[in-house]
Amino acid sequence: MIKVIHCTVNGMPKEIAVDEQESLTDMLRQRLGLTSVKKGCEAGECGACTVLIDGVAKNSCIYLAVWADGHEIITVEGIRGKNGLLHPVQQAFVDEAAIQCGFCTPGLVLTGVELVNSGKKYTREELREKISGHLCRCTGYENILNALEKVVGIHS
Amino acid sequence: MYDILETFRANSVQEALTLLQAHPGAVVVCGGTDVMIHMKERKLRQATLISIMEVPELQGIRLDGNGDLLIGPGTCFDAIYTDPLARRCVPMLADACNQVGSPQIRHVATIGGNLCNGAVSADSVPSLLALDAELTLTSLQGERVVRAVDFHTGPGQTVLQKDRELLTCIRIRRAAYENHGGMYIKFGQRNAMEISTLGCAVNCAMAPDGTIADFAIAFGVAAPRPIRCPASERMMIGSHPTHALLKKLRRQALSETTPRDSWRASLELRQQLICELAERAARSAIEQAGGTIDD
Repeated sequence: MIKVIHCTVNGMPKEIAVDEQESLTDMLRQRLGLTSVKKGCEAGECGACTVLIDGVAKNSCIYLAVWADGHEIITVEGIRGKNGLLHPVQQAFVDEAAIQCGFCTPGLVLTGVELVNSGKKYTREELREKISGHLCRCTGYENILNALEKVVGIHS
Repeated sequence: MYDILETFRANSVQEALTLLQAHPGAVVVCGGTDVMIHMKERKLRQATLISIMEVPELQGIRLDGNGDLLIGPGTCFDAIYTDPLARRCVPMLADACNQVGSPQIRHVATIGGNLCNGAVSADSVPSLLALDAELTLTSLQGERVVRAVDFHTGPGQTVLQKDRELLTCIRIRRAAYENHGGMYIKFGQRNAMEISTLGCAVNCAMAPDGTIADFAIAFGVAAPRPIRCPASERMMIGSHPTHALLKKLRRQALSETTPRDSWRASLELRQQLICELAERAARSAIEQAGGTIDD
């Protein structure tokens, strides 16, 4: 059945008709064209579909679109600064060559944004744990950790 | 697309119970990290879902007037891990909650779901058993209290009447956590996104004379349901903690478990883990309770 939900997506209030059967991933990709949200395992394991829901990183593939009613969603499309520049996490990913195929990147960047917003600093070991819900099959994670250390590492 | 017929969102326990009565066969969902996978695997079809994600009464951690710790079953694992009260009163449980899945999973998955799904590998459950948690099950007719140790009946099976009851409160008595030390050890093949191969939780307290005053040991994946080991506990209580006693605990705990062979781990590995984790968790819990282990 179709239900109408109200939520904020990347700062914009939205009224969206969604199917009760659809995941938040599908709603974001197909109804709003936000294709940074990737479909990987679709079982909550790989983290490619990660979005921020009320500022918290969650897997959108195992989250129903109807559950987003009344909540605030952020995807990578919504993190660019007002001046059009990349978010510091994105810039660090570019600078540290933390991207290869790019499939895991939007999810990892959003986890990075969540860490930035926490206002805390993290050790490399803590960062390893914080990104443990993201699978990257290209980089071996080292450059991703380098990038995150640049922004939220204890020496940053 | 998920195989869903209809979804409802309850805003109170009363509303959830009324919806449950009005829709026979409906499934209660909170974080959804298990229910959604069941749909994906076609174990759950044509589902009617009642979401209790937004029920305020099921959220949060607080102290009761008598000092008992009350945990809302709808509290997500990350909230328990970072909650100052939980960290102070039941650090063993708080740390166990941080061993579930991944950060994204812990942001949605709840301790109540971990119990109600009845999984024998549930990471929060051995600690809840060792802390002798009490579970309040509420229906439209009233409520009943069940000890966590009596909650599970088999793999994926619990005493919860899923067509009419909700788990509405997890109580950990002050006497079970005050001046206690606790340790949960999980063995998995990797550090994240891992289902426990075996888990062991020990909660204990020391007497002024250096003997063990209170001792509870619980296992996940060591039997068809999460279990306590009462004979091991009787052996430990009143004893002086020594290395020899811990060696005896290994054999005693093993004799009270019924591990199985599965694709995840062999029977032999599980037997070895039961012995090893029992000794390590007991040693750590005794030390945390202020005890010393003599030769």
